[in-house]
Amino acid sequence: MITVEQITKGFASKEVLKGISASFKEGLTNLVIGQSGSGKTVFIKCMVGLHEIDGGSISYDGRRLDEMNYSTRKELRQEIGMVFQGGALFDSMTIEENVMFPLNMFSSMNFSEKMDRVNFCLRRVNLENVNHLRPAEVSGGMQKRVAIARAIVMEPKYLFCDEPNSGLDPQTAIVIDNLIQEITQEFEITTVINTHDMNSVMEIGQHIVFIKEGLKAWEGTNEELVESGNEDVSNFVFSSNLMRKIRKNIQ
Amino acid sequence: MNIFFHLGRYFFLLWRVLRVPEKWASFRKELVREIWDIGVSSMGIVIFISTFVGAVVALQLAFNIQDSPFLPNWYIGYGTRQSLVLEFSPTMISLVLAGKVGSSISSNIGTMRSSEQIDALEVMGVNSAQFLILPKIIASIFFNPFLIVLSLAAGIAGGLLAGPLTGLWTITEYIDGATLDFKPYSFTYAMIKTIIFAFVIATVSSYQGYFTKGGSLDVGKSSTQAVVYSSITIIILNFVLTQALL
Repeated sequence: MITVEQITKGFASKEVLKGISASFKEGLTNLVIGQSGSGKTVFIKCMVGLHEIDGGSISYDGRRLDEMNYSTRKELRQEIGMVFQGGALFDSMTIEENVMFPLNMFSSMNFSEKMDRVNFCLRRVNLENVNHLRPAEVSGGMQKRVAIARAIVMEPKYLFCDEPNSGLDPQTAIVIDNLIQEITQEFEITTVINTHDMNSVMEIGQHIVFIKEGLKAWEGTNEELVESGNEDVSNFVFSSNLMRKIRKNIQ
Repeated sequence: MNIFFHLGRYFFLLWRVLRVPEKWASFRKELVREIWDIGVSSMGIVIFISTFVGAVVALQLAFNIQDSPFLPNWYIGYGTRQSLVLEFSPTMISLVLAGKVGSSISSNIGTMRSSEQIDALEVMGVNSAQFLILPKIIASIFFNPFLIVLSLAAGIAGGLLAGPLTGLWTITEYIDGATLDFKPYSFTYAMIKTIIFAFVIATVSSYQGYFTKGGSLDVGKSSTQAVVYSSITIIILNFVLTQALL
C-alpha cells in the first residue's frame, strides 16, 4: 500500500499540490483523475520521487520515500515500474533490449534466464515476433504494451501509469486498460494510474482520487462516481455528450 | 547570478557523472557505441577539412615568402607543420568537433529528456547522468587525440600535395622543412589541449542537453547553445593554456 499525507509541491511562486492525502491499496487499479493542469502528473512524479516534495510524506508499505537516502531510494525504485505517457522507450535499443534493460542493470540472471523473462513479459502483453524491431517501427499501442512489459519485467510491487491511453484509439485504449487491470490483479501490484479518460475511469476505476487545483476534491469507486453529488466531479464526469446521454438513460 | 547558477549546476552534474559505473557490461556497450558515434563517424570530415586547410596554409606561406630572398622554400613545410601542430589541429578541429559532436550530444540527450526517457532511467534506479554522459566523456577523451593525429597527418599531406599541383615548391623542399627541428613538446602541448577541449565539448554539450526543458524547439535551442558555449569555452581556454604551457 502507498500512503501519501498532506503532500505539497510548488514550482517558483506557483503551488501545484496544496496538501493531498490518499491511500492506494494493492491489487486494485487506483486512478488519479482531474482536468489538465490540475496537478495529476506532478502528483504521480512526486510519488515516484522524480520531484522532491516540499512538505508531507510518502510511504511505500511503511517505508518513507521522502526520508530515504540515495541508496535506499535506489533499492525501492527497483520495486517500482512506470509506464510514461509517451512510452519513453529508448530509441537506440530494440524492443527486446528495452525490456531487458532493467534486468541488465539490476539482476544477476544469465542471458538465457533474461531472455526467458523478456519473452514471458512480451507474451504477457500479447506481443510476439517484435523482439528485434525498434520502437519507431511499431504502432503507438504496441509501444505502450512494450512500456508495460518493461515496467513489469523486474516483478515490481508498485506500478505507475501516466496517462497510458493518450494518443490511442478507443479500442486500443480499452485493451491497454484491461491489460493493466489484469496484471495488477494477477501479480498483486499496487497500481496508480493517472488519467482524464472517462472510458478508463468507467472501465477499470476500482479506486478513484479526483484532484482539482492541487487538492483532493473527491475519493471513491467508479460506481460511486456517477452519483457523487460533488459538483466538481459531476462537471468533469459529465462534460461529454456521451456521458450526459448515459446519465439521462440511467435516470 | 545566472552564470553562477549554471556553473554550480554544471559541477553538480559532473559530481553525479564522475563515479564508478554501476554495471560495467552496460558501460562497455555504451562506450563502444559512443566511440563509433562521436569518434569514428567524425574521421571523414576531419580528414577532408585538414587536407584542404593544410594545402591552403602552405599556399599562403608560399605567397608570403615568394618575394623574400632570405626565406627558402623549405620554410613552407616547416611553417605548415608548426601551424597545424600548435593551433589548427588541436584548436580548430576541436571547434569543428564542438559543432558536429557537441550538437549531436546535446540533441541526443535533450530528446531523451523531452520524451521522458531520462525520467524512465531515474525511476528504474539508474543514475541517468552517469549512464548517459560518462561514456561520452571517456569516448571523447580517448578518441579526440586520435582524430587530431589524423588531422595533423592529413594537413601535412595536404600541404605536400599542393606543391606539385601548383608548381610552387617541390616535395623534397617541403619534406625537408616539415621534418626540420621538430620539438616533441609541441606535440605534447597539442595533446594536452585536445584532451581538455574534448572534456569541454562532451560535458558542456551534455549539460545543455540534460537540462533541456520543453519540446523539439527547446531541444534545437539547447543544441545551438551547446555549440556556442563549447566554442566560447574552447577559445578562452586556448588562450589560458597557451600562456600556461608555452
